[in-house]
Amino acid sequence: MSNKLFPITVTVNGVEYKREVEARLLLSDFLRHDLGLLGTHVGCEHGICGACTILFDGGAVRSCLIFAVQANGHEIRTVESLGTPENLHPLQQSFHEKHALQCGFCTPGFLMTLVPFLEENPHPSDDEIREAIDGNICRCTGYEKIVEAVQDAAAKNSQAK
Amino acid sequence: MTEKYFGKPIKRLEDKFMLTGNVKYVDDIEVPGQLHAAFLRSDYAHARILKIDASEALKRPGVVAVYTADDFGDFWKPGPLQVPPPTAIPGSQFNARTLVPIAKDKIRYSGEVLAVVIAESRYIAEDAFDDIIVDVDPLPAVVDLEKGWENTSVLVHDDLPSNMAALVKQEVGNYEEAKKNADVVISKRMLIEHVAAAAMENRGFIASWDERNQEMTIWAGTQSPLTIRGSVSRALGLAESQIHVITPYIGGGFGPKVMTSLADDVLLPWISKQLKRPIKWIEDRRENFLATTSERDQVHHCEIALKKDGTILGFKDVFYHNTGAYDSYGMTVPLNTQTHTISNYRIPNFYSEIRMVFTNQMVVTPVRGAGRSEGIFAMERMVDFAAKELGISPIELRKKNLLRVDELPLNTGVIGQDFVVNILDSGDYLGNYEKCLEVIDYEKFRKEIQPKARKEGKRVGIGVVAFTEGTAVGPYEGCRITVSTSGKVTMTSGYSTQGQAHQTVFAQIIADQLNVKIEDVRVITGDTNQFAWGAGTFASRGAALVGAATYLAAQKVRAKIFSTASKKLEVPEDELELCEGSVCVKGQPETTIPLGTLAALANPMRGVVEPGVEPGLEATAYYGPPHGSTGCGAMGVIVSIDEETCKPVIERMVMVDDCGTMINPLIVDGQLQGGISMGIGNTLYERLVYDENGQLVTASFMDYLMPLATDMPKKLDIVHNHAESSLKVNPLGIKGVGEAGAIPPGPAIVQALEDAFQDTKLEILESNLSPSQIYEYLKKA
Ligand code: FES
Ligand code: FES
Repeated sequence: MSNKLFPITVTVNGVEYKREVEARLLLSDFLRHDLGLLGTHVGCEHGICGACTILFDGGAVRSCLIFAVQANGHEIRTVESLGTPENLHPLQQSFHEKHALQCGFCTPGFLMTLVPFLEENPHPSDDEIREAIDGNICRCTGYEKIVEAVQDAAAKNSQAK
Repeated sequence: MTEKYFGKPIKRLEDKFMLTGNVKYVDDIEVPGQLHAAFLRSDYAHARILKIDASEALKRPGVVAVYTADDFGDFWKPGPLQVPPPTAIPGSQFNARTLVPIAKDKIRYSGEVLAVVIAESRYIAEDAFDDIIVDVDPLPAVVDLEKGWENTSVLVHDDLPSNMAALVKQEVGNYEEAKKNADVVISKRMLIEHVAAAAMENRGFIASWDERNQEMTIWAGTQSPLTIRGSVSRALGLAESQIHVITPYIGGGFGPKVMTSLADDVLLPWISKQLKRPIKWIEDRRENFLATTSERDQVHHCEIALKKDGTILGFKDVFYHNTGAYDSYGMTVPLNTQTHTISNYRIPNFYSEIRMVFTNQMVVTPVRGAGRSEGIFAMERMVDFAAKELGISPIELRKKNLLRVDELPLNTGVIGQDFVVNILDSGDYLGNYEKCLEVIDYEKFRKEIQPKARKEGKRVGIGVVAFTEGTAVGPYEGCRITVSTSGKVTMTSGYSTQGQAHQTVFAQIIADQLNVKIEDVRVITGDTNQFAWGAGTFASRGAALVGAATYLAAQKVRAKIFSTASKKLEVPEDELELCEGSVCVKGQPETTIPLGTLAALANPMRGVVEPGVEPGLEATAYYGPPHGSTGCGAMGVIVSIDEETCKPVIERMVMVDDCGTMINPLIVDGQLQGGISMGIGNTLYERLVYDENGQLVTASFMDYLMPLATDMPKKLDIVHNHAESSLKVNPLGIKGVGEAGAIPPGPAIVQALEDAFQDTKLEILESNLSPSQIYEYLKKA
């Protein structure tokens, strides 16, 4: 295994980072350990649990299945780009109000899956929501309250318009 | 006391930090100078170690050290028994063979640690696995429980005459005598499959030895911080005060994170002390599947004896329980099975025998449901079989035998996991069951829905079962509450948190008792430097035990607040009341004194604190119940199934639950829903499969199927049916609720599946069913 380093330039949450990384460094590890963006979680490292979901040029992808070098020249958003504790993103607010998280480990992955989903489907049915999150595992909630939270966010969003 | 918070669906205080990625789980902690550990694990389930040569690995750049068992010298020894043997049960036999931290001479399960690599990065540490030569002599593996029990030619522990880990018999009445009077006796063999807890966050452990201060700091994703503090202190010969165990945020527990004496918590503190560097280990999912503990896996041989009219005369159960390669966690799981088997019905004669077997598999410890699911499954199934045999509806048979309100409290005579005789303390078992029938509209299903579906050629069935959930067992938990001079309140407890909303629910109790804003209460759990007494997070005991201790400590602080204010204001205590954040004189709301000021007065810098008075607005309290509290309820499901694909769909689910007083109904529902998803997963998707060589063939989420959002019931109703008697079980009338949801889905779903095929001979004798297994069953029916 050569430990040759490759220069990359990645825009994460609007900030441009220039770094040198090993070819094999996972994007999830790069975000977490090189950039210190700890909100992206790693639950399986084999692409099933969805905890590591981020937005890659706007689309939800699993950062454990991508190498950091593949992000060169791309734009990434992580959970840190949504709200802050003082000023939650509307979907985060709905998660809070509907008790859609328990241990919170899966939550950033759900949020990053659902943000683009809700943009494309502002009035989803329960079944559509369930389909949308079918690639994210939550061991704590049984998903019921996550579905409620998404409905809550969708309803509030349409009221706001 | 005004209850502004207690009992209300208060939104969680911890959420906004979790939602924004602003909390730290163990892998989010970086200690300056840290090195990374990786464990080389055995591919073989059972083998003699001939040689492990790690010399090449040491030459790899970035590798700092490699250890095999021999390198630990005298430090290597089998670990402690984390749970003592059940000596309280007369005649019980228990062979303690406790976990070793790293395999020496012999490998006993696939995934057991063979070498520890310490390197500058985890990537390098794992690279070094390729450099380590492991020479072994493979042995046949003990995988099958019944064969493993009988066959002494292959032994997991060579120094024992058989693979018997334990043999425990409990009898109430006399089953064999009772059987003589029975009109019907039914015997069945049933399997309860092996499942994983599969918390979304894997385990993790950081040990950081500070040579200058001679102190060890440990961050661990554990349910047992105090157990770890104790075991590290014993192992390293340090005072407990030299060890600080911190549980950061934890991404779910569900049982296995209670286990200690594994490679990480034993070896990494020692290595950190040797190398004088912080050592970090983060488990990956494969390791979690292979080597973190798991549960279920029992084979039951049950017999039920009844009169023609459906009266149950007796029940017999001889069951094999897989403990895995070691039995450090004692018999918690099978004892739970024993107590729960007869926890619903009037069973005058009961015989239960645990045959706990050593196998070449990972160690078994509680997983949400923890033996309860198995006992309830066995009993509920047998009641179904009896109903068919007698030609009585399974509903009527249950109603006839379910315990009545006036039969409780009932001493079942069976000793449980807490080594105390099980008391069914409270609840309305029959009422729960009837409520469930009503909400799911059993009559309508039978008279309209099912006949109509059959006419349309569709298969749909209903199942309604009863369950109990033994919770809130001792020994005790405790906490300390302190009012700061700022008026802010802090509660600390040794109990650790994995997502159960402790920061909110305990704050609710305190905010009401002290009349402060809930936002002004800070709850710190699982930090041994903050509070160092307690047993650990397990058995749905947090709300009941820590909740009761919180209430008791808050009462003491409240008394101190009044006595301090009374002195200062020179007003008798009974003329004072709590206004928000302060004490005021009744009828004179302008005469107030803030709690922060009282906190300062209670801790004077000059003058005298009178004898018998402790300084500060602070109090500690403990609560230990004489016996656990038993939650109870019923579950109904309607399942449809496509005969071609054999894929079941849960059309409707109703859960009736009695967990006593609810501190926060939002949190209770969340616990129930989460438990239900696990129960559904266990029944229809999840299964740990070992092949005949002891290889776990389902060690990833690609092979071990987790329940997803689309697998949940199309409609789920949770009904709280809290009996008066349940509200009195402890100071706050709280029973646990963490495991309830996981218990009844199995027997309810299989009953419904059989019902959908009631015109056939379909008979389901196991707890986990994939579509292909259902297909096989139907072929036989
Ligand atoms: S960590 Fe990436 S999908 Fe599980
Ligand atoms: S909240 Fe714990 S895994 Fe989803």
